[in-house]
Amino acid sequence: MEKKLERILPKVQKPARYTGGEYGEIQKDRTAVDLRMALCFPDVYEIGMSNTGMRILYRVLNDMPGVWCERVFAPWFDMAKEMRENHIPLYALESGDPLTAFDAIGFSLGYEMAYTTVLEMLSLAGIPLHSRERESLTPLVFAGGSVCCNPEPMADYFDLMIVGEGEAVDREVLELLRTAKQENWSKADFLRRAAGIGGVYVPSLYEPEYDENGLFRAVHPRDGAPAAVTKRIVEDFENSCFPADAIVPNTEIVHDRVGLELFRGCIRGCRFCQAGHIYRPVRSRSVEKLLEHGKEALAFSGYQEITLLSLSTSDYRGLNGLCDGLMDYCEPRGIGLSLPSLRADNFSMDIMQRVQKVRKSGLTFAPEAGTQRLRDVINKNVTEEELLRSCATAFRGGWNGVKLYFMLGLPTETDEDVIGIAELADRVVHCWRENAANKARGLRVTVSTSCFVPKPHTPFQWEPQVERSEYLRRVTLLREHMKARAVTYNWHEADTSYTEAVLSRGDRRIGALIHAIWRRGGYLESWSEGFDLSRWTESAAELGLSLDDYAVRERALTEALPWDHINMGVQKRHFLREYEQAHRGCLSPDCRAACLGCGAAAFLKEGRCDNG
Amino acid sequence: MDKIRLVYSQTGRAVWMSHLDTMRTLQRAMNRSGVPIKYSEGFNPHALISILVPLSVGTESLCQMADIRVREEVDLAALPARLTAGMPEGIVVTDAYEDAGKPAEVKWLACEGRWEYDTADPLRMAELCRELFSAPVVVTRRTKRGEGPFTVTEHVRELTFTPEEGFVRVNAVVSCAEPVVNPDLLTAAVGQNLPEAAPDAGRFRRLALYRADGTPYR
Ligand code: SF4
Repeated sequence: MEKKLERILPKVQKPARYTGGEYGEIQKDRTAVDLRMALCFPDVYEIGMSNTGMRILYRVLNDMPGVWCERVFAPWFDMAKEMRENHIPLYALESGDPLTAFDAIGFSLGYEMAYTTVLEMLSLAGIPLHSRERESLTPLVFAGGSVCCNPEPMADYFDLMIVGEGEAVDREVLELLRTAKQENWSKADFLRRAAGIGGVYVPSLYEPEYDENGLFRAVHPRDGAPAAVTKRIVEDFENSCFPADAIVPNTEIVHDRVGLELFRGCIRGCRFCQAGHIYRPVRSRSVEKLLEHGKEALAFSGYQEITLLSLSTSDYRGLNGLCDGLMDYCEPRGIGLSLPSLRADNFSMDIMQRVQKVRKSGLTFAPEAGTQRLRDVINKNVTEEELLRSCATAFRGGWNGVKLYFMLGLPTETDEDVIGIAELADRVVHCWRENAANKARGLRVTVSTSCFVPKPHTPFQWEPQVERSEYLRRVTLLREHMKARAVTYNWHEADTSYTEAVLSRGDRRIGALIHAIWRRGGYLESWSEGFDLSRWTESAAELGLSLDDYAVRERALTEALPWDHINMGVQKRHFLREYEQAHRGCLSPDCRAACLGCGAAAFLKEGRCDNG
Repeated sequence: MDKIRLVYSQTGRAVWMSHLDTMRTLQRAMNRSGVPIKYSEGFNPHALISILVPLSVGTESLCQMADIRVREEVDLAALPARLTAGMPEGIVVTDAYEDAGKPAEVKWLACEGRWEYDTADPLRMAELCRELFSAPVVVTRRTKRGEGPFTVTEHVRELTFTPEEGFVRVNAVVSCAEPVVNPDLLTAAVGQNLPEAAPDAGRFRRLALYRADGTPYR
């Protein structure tokens, strides 16, 4: 390891996150590869190493002959400061080489608040931030991940962005880059050809246009770039890459366990949920395949815990068989099986009871809204009766803790809906009194609220976000109505939800804002240590931008949206229909009850979703 | 067969792991290589592994020891290679045996330090250090009970300073039980008592463990 680094490591917190050398790390001979890729995650090691997408891409890209893919994470504040002071450029963990030694620098972007971190990472590496400032072909700086469904806010910085599932597209981009390197193409040539790969968006080939009032009007493609970029997906999810031999970190990370991805997509269609829409169509893996994956990964990693990952685990058809099969393997080995939050129905409770015989973690439910009326508006198909029935089962089975998650500021929300949250919490307390097996241990109900953030590619993409003062008024109202001693109420800060709302529906002009915030020190903004709203307001003032215009302005249904040219599968007409259903207070059936023809099925060869 | 003593080295990139990290890693390595490790009884069962003299972050060791309990016979001769295959870079199991000495019998630790000087002359620095440590040296150290003075020289035997190219090699035998003396305290002692001889960087490597009577500990 470099001497300079050895000297600063004793001075920083958790040095093990900066060293690499973990079990399962892939080392290759620099001279034996012809393409070096830095897979970057704009957050700290413990978060990035927990990310399923990172684990998959690391395996997929390293499986390419001649390619060495290494990992790069954002250093914590203390380390970033030491690196700057000691002139240590941002480096990759495997080789310790600086980012400038790489041909391709790819960021995995899962949340908007990481944008300033991307800029700081490039800056720490000594790489020009704007795509136009980087004239040579390499290093190519690109991004993938869910936030690319609205690529505009970061369009100035990335040479290209990948829409949809990276494991389907990254390989093709790297192959093209290899050819470009061998044949000495210019960067412009490369980008023009890359724009022809399905799922690739080259922002510099699209010119945004605004009307006389400053409203976004359209983007205009040039040089033969496609008018719309359609996402790519892994069609054969059953046989797609599962990295059973993923790296096992030397130090504790957030998700320090084996994770099994049961399916991609979601049949539910909650109207606020972006993930539930952009990952459609639903594709699942068979129980046999998942058992094979689970056993393989446990044997390789030595982990003592395994969990199930998916948007709505209870909807997995083979859940019973899968849990039984996993329990058969795990129990005699002392391995714990943990389940993510399940739906509040009897079937799920049954599984919870069986699986959590040994370890009783808390129950988690996400009703999202306090009244049936509002749950119908958001299409959250769970009734109070179901929820209370599930709680009763759990209390009888000895559980004594429940966490309930809600959103405040949902479209059409009234004070009655807000107070409804407190009433629901009271009813859970009452239910415990009637059903608890052992009252001596007491009850803990935790109610958490966050502020609704309208997201692109959802039926609520036109909705306004409530103003921060209004959110806080509703928080106060709710707090006043929380009376039971057993109930604890936590609420999220409104500031980060507000800035998230600005970024998620931002257009290309937001790029300059991100830059200005970064210049004022914005970095690792999803951590309270890195976030300061005043950087945002000052930057917006400097640029003459209105943050409210992005966050709290209601869009007209006829307005052009900055992400209209990105096709994530579900069509705008579906969102419009669902928007109208919402305002009528009507539920829509889930994909299994009836296909609504959202458009996602077109991504499958047979044109049928896993909805039967 | 029940208790097994493992001897391993922890060097290179693996030295930045914390004690807890190392515990977790040893347990996972056992799982990976299928060593039938015993678990504690009770609500939250944990693997029965204990590390004799925990390593501080940033220090290398060629003489780490851990005791494990197993449920069934294992081939001791094959165990080191088998476990090493399941370890991250930098941890190598070098020996495994039964009937090990009691953990309480460990008293002395031989270690070697590397004090780097970017500009100062190592020859002169070695001299200054020798002079300093020829009399009792007190250092302020932080313990769980707060800061306090500690006469480090009372718990160090055989302390030598050898000038090398760009650094001074420090060889010391320090107490590693009642009290535990982290060799980094020697570096701190120079910084506090003779700032002009303070190295620009200093790191230690553990070499061997001894009993109170000076015989090698096994
Ligand atoms: S096409 Fe039909 S079944 Fe498939 S995701 Fe859309 S609504 Fe659901």
